[in-house]
Amino acid sequence: MGIFKQREREIFDLMASSSEVGGSSADYETMMSTSDVELLKRAWRNEKAAPEILQYEGALVERAKEQIELVEETIEDYVENGKDPLLVSLYQMDLDRTQFLLRSYLRVRLVKIEKFMFHNLKSEEAERRLSEQERVFATKCADDLVKHFEETVLLKLPENYQSVLKQSQISEVDDMVPQPHLDTFVVCRSNNFVSLNLYEEGESPETVEMERGDLYFIRYKIVKGAIESGQIDLI
Amino acid sequence: MAGQTDPHISLFSPQEVEFMAEDELVEIVPNMNMEQLNFISGDFGRFIPQIPTKVPLWLAVALKRRGKCSFRPPGWMSVDNLTQILEAERESQSTFQALPFSYVEIARLLFDHAHDDIPDKYMVRSLVEDIRDVRLHKLETNLGSFQGTSAVKISNVSAMEVNIVRPFVRRALEAFYKHDKPEADIDRDTRSSRQQREANNEPRRPLRQR
Repeated sequence: MGIFKQREREIFDLMASSSEVGGSSADYETMMSTSDVELLKRAWRNEKAAPEILQYEGALVERAKEQIELVEETIEDYVENGKDPLLVSLYQMDLDRTQFLLRSYLRVRLVKIEKFMFHNLKSEEAERRLSEQERVFATKCADDLVKHFEETVLLKLPENYQSVLKQSQISEVDDMVPQPHLDTFVVCRSNNFVSLNLYEEGESPETVEMERGDLYFIRYKIVKGAIESGQIDLI
Repeated sequence: MAGQTDPHISLFSPQEVEFMAEDELVEIVPNMNMEQLNFISGDFGRFIPQIPTKVPLWLAVALKRRGKCSFRPPGWMSVDNLTQILEAERESQSTFQALPFSYVEIARLLFDHAHDDIPDKYMVRSLVEDIRDVRLHKLETNLGSFQGTSAVKISNVSAMEVNIVRPFVRRALEAFYKHDKPEADIDRDTRSSRQQREANNEPRRPLRQR
């Protein structure tokens, strides 16, 4: 029991409790005082709001799973030892909240994978963002879908139109593959002062400057890089 | 399913917005003894009678419902402060007053579960509702005057308000952007008159649930 408690302490010491609403200005401090739940919440929010799939937070998910298992064991322990039921129910609530975040995060990603299945497998950049299991799922899903289409419809069409990816042999690109809309507008908040180029390369360079804490409706493409580096959060 | 909102209606359901707000720290005064809580989301406690402590909103509500604590309403929820904010909101047509990002959710949860801990609760509640109304109305009227841009700054808009207007504003801005793109060097004038026509064509979604 003693060793168990000690390991618990270690893990909980590794992640200090969330800092208050204002947050500190030094990045190092913010990083040290952001709990895993905060990080998971941020990942979940970003994933939900972004039109394309984002980088899989493998380490975070693993840590979260570990902590969840730990707390599940603790709760079982408490129940067996007849600990104060109030305490148990509070721990259970915290556990439920964390589990919800984790599950919803994974589910949102699955929805996006299914939606842009062929695109994710084609584009190297997108494929890198999937976890191992997601890649396996996506490949299997795509294979099944292709097989289904071929058997039901495609093989019965004239020769030039039998591809799942192209409308016909004449098409130069894979125009049957739906792509995520990177020009969607999203709401974002900046964590630091950030200056972004509003337009594509070559066009008139207008920039938008965001102070820390400003809210903006903005095109996803513009903030994509900043989200990946953690400077901007989607709301 | 864990939180699968239909993205065509709204990105986050109101429950999910509330879920996010529930992590905000609030101050409570426990009336019992309890050891420190080592949650996944952080360490809270110890709980000693009459000693105020900060906990996340969800935990505070849970304790309150079991009669284990009372709330200390946040500073911004005083009658004086709210009256001031309401005045300022009414005065300015285009700017929003600074309120906590989750003020709607926090106020709602406090009214539902801890109304006896709020001094002048009826006054406070009616003030908060008035502030909400004024702000929502301001949002609606401001939406009609968009210019087609790639970035729109919305300062001091709260989480719930963002969530309500998000679907409409997204479609409107996307339409602007789509129609703007091929005409990079057309006259300023023709462009703005075209934008005004776009604004009228966009179906106006009712923003307020009555």
